[in-house]
Amino acid sequence: MISVYTNTVPVDAYRGAGRPEASFVVERLMETAARQMKVDPAELRRKNFITSFPHQTPVIMAYDIGDFGASLDAAVKAIDYAGFPARKEKAKKEGKLRGIGFSCYIEACGIAPSKAVGSLGAGVGLWESAEVRVNPVGTIEILTGSHSHGQGHETTFCQLVAERLGVPINQVQIVHGDTDKVQFGMGTYGSRSAAVGLTAILKAMEKVESKAKKIAAHQLEASEGDIVIENGEFKVTGTDKSIALPMVALAAYTAHNLPDGMEPGLKEGAFYDPTNFTFPAGAYICELEVDTGTGKTSFVNFVAADDFGRLINPMIVEGQVHGGLAQGIGQALLEGAVYDASGQLVTASFMDYTMPRADDLPSFKLNHTTTLCPGNPLGVKGCGEAGAIGASAAVINAITDAIGNNRLEMPATPDRVWHAIPGNA
Amino acid sequence: MYQTIYHRPSSVDEAAALFAKGSDSKYLAGGHTLIPVMKQRLTSPSDVIDLARIKELVGIELSADALNIKAATTYFDILRSADARKGIPAIVHLTSVLGDPQVRYRGTIGGSIANNDPAADFPAAVLALGATVKTNKRSIAADDFFKGLFATALEDGEIITSISFPTPAKAGYSKMRHPASRFALTGVFVAKTKSGDVRVAATGASQNGVMRVPAIEAALKANWSSAGLDNVTISADGLLTDIHGSSSYRANLIKVMAQRAVTAAG
Repeated sequence: MISVYTNTVPVDAYRGAGRPEASFVVERLMETAARQMKVDPAELRRKNFITSFPHQTPVIMAYDIGDFGASLDAAVKAIDYAGFPARKEKAKKEGKLRGIGFSCYIEACGIAPSKAVGSLGAGVGLWESAEVRVNPVGTIEILTGSHSHGQGHETTFCQLVAERLGVPINQVQIVHGDTDKVQFGMGTYGSRSAAVGLTAILKAMEKVESKAKKIAAHQLEASEGDIVIENGEFKVTGTDKSIALPMVALAAYTAHNLPDGMEPGLKEGAFYDPTNFTFPAGAYICELEVDTGTGKTSFVNFVAADDFGRLINPMIVEGQVHGGLAQGIGQALLEGAVYDASGQLVTASFMDYTMPRADDLPSFKLNHTTTLCPGNPLGVKGCGEAGAIGASAAVINAITDAIGNNRLEMPATPDRVWHAIPGNA
Repeated sequence: MYQTIYHRPSSVDEAAALFAKGSDSKYLAGGHTLIPVMKQRLTSPSDVIDLARIKELVGIELSADALNIKAATTYFDILRSADARKGIPAIVHLTSVLGDPQVRYRGTIGGSIANNDPAADFPAAVLALGATVKTNKRSIAADDFFKGLFATALEDGEIITSISFPTPAKAGYSKMRHPASRFALTGVFVAKTKSGDVRVAATGASQNGVMRVPAIEAALKANWSSAGLDNVTISADGLLTDIHGSSSYRANLIKVMAQRAVTAAG
């Protein structure tokens, strides 16, 4: 037995939690193979895409659905791949080295079926909890086991509920991150809050709506099956008889006239255990130029074509993708924690650790293709980590294409890139 | 930060007198070097004497032969100055790629020169233009001013009052920004004087800070153009190596930045 003492710090999951590493290795191999075999890198990916689902992999995961060719097509079109050779030639005449790089990623997220993670040795289940409380005046609180620390659940979760009921979104609020208030939850990571957390909310909403419809039907002397919810009102379909949500809520809490045997109140909870992981996938293409004098990389274009299933709030999704791409590009070009030989942390402040800034990044062009996730009623797959997973391979593939040298470590700083240009030792 | 006494003198003489009275005094200008160092408890001056608000230390003047910048003038004021732009546009360009807006609002040219950070931008301009550093005691030629890593010819308590840059025939500055700190990974200032001499100064490259580059000066004197440097090789000896650049990379940057500075100079 060997014991080792170290003063260097342990490492832990960053955005993507192992999937950026896996995706980077696979996509660098694909690009290297394409170059060695002199096959177009887009065509090599296309030839090897899985096209029949469900597809059982050798490592527990069964891919439920996807259309990887559609993402690649969208990305290829968005970046005008056909026009690249001419652009590369023109750049060469102007003394610049231009390169293009692909990254076709797939990931497993929306974690996770409790049985599956239990079989892998996890000590917990990865379901999610939700409690929807309709207050006597008709405002709604969602107590969620998810936690928003930049993911915008305050918007997305409330949006779903507000849209289902047809009420203004400011009548809906989430309660999160307070273990005094939320009985139990499994948290936000692994791109799970929509696939698992929002589905738990949906399950709770179904119970709320069912009870509310029963109350409305009783009050309107109609049959429950004839009640529809529209614009915040419970209507008898085909008539103008309706009762507004606040009145239904008030009725629930005053309990003066409820169906026989019904408990007062309008508050329902649900726990949702997913039946499968979800599998977002996509194609990223990066076009850039390398300055031969300094080794500095400048982006020309960066396109993303992601399949996240249903998008609940496109603006929030865009924010997530931008953030993930920034972190993936940061890893590829800028960031790295460095210890010297004696264990001293050299990158101990932002004077030495290069944090990505806005002017380090291109304007991203995002596209979405959609195959609805069959695993949850909303059809969502999750989008929080994809950018960080797919981006770095696209960048390194592009730089190695530009300089004609396939060996390049991350971060591909100007110093490293310059040394890697053939002729500069 | 340890306890200290902060003074706000209204004249250079008052500042010098306060400095002499303190047991371990330090001058403060923009504060971007001194304050972080005090905050990290790496220095604990008994007295901090603020030069930035002394009116006689702020201002820019263009005469027939020289651009005179007073020591406590901020980078932001240099950037906005019509006189600076008219007299030596390369100095305005240097200021525009120095730091970031927050640094430019507070940092001063006098502070930069007095501190002589080996990656600071202004020492390259001072050395390449053959400027004169005027203090409350004497005038010091640029070639005699910079003495090595964070070291200058200034005596204890001496205050820079202004820097006088002879207006050149042509001048240019090009800088490869350190990706994290945005200091000069390597920056080169080139100048052709009105009498036809060529002076070239590189910052960020050498272990000793800003330096002249005789090989490039000779080549540009013969052929003032980017192509004129194509066959010049710069030695990596004595140059810095760190995680952001090897010494051979910096040697390459001296040449490339000089070429781009010459092209910018016109």
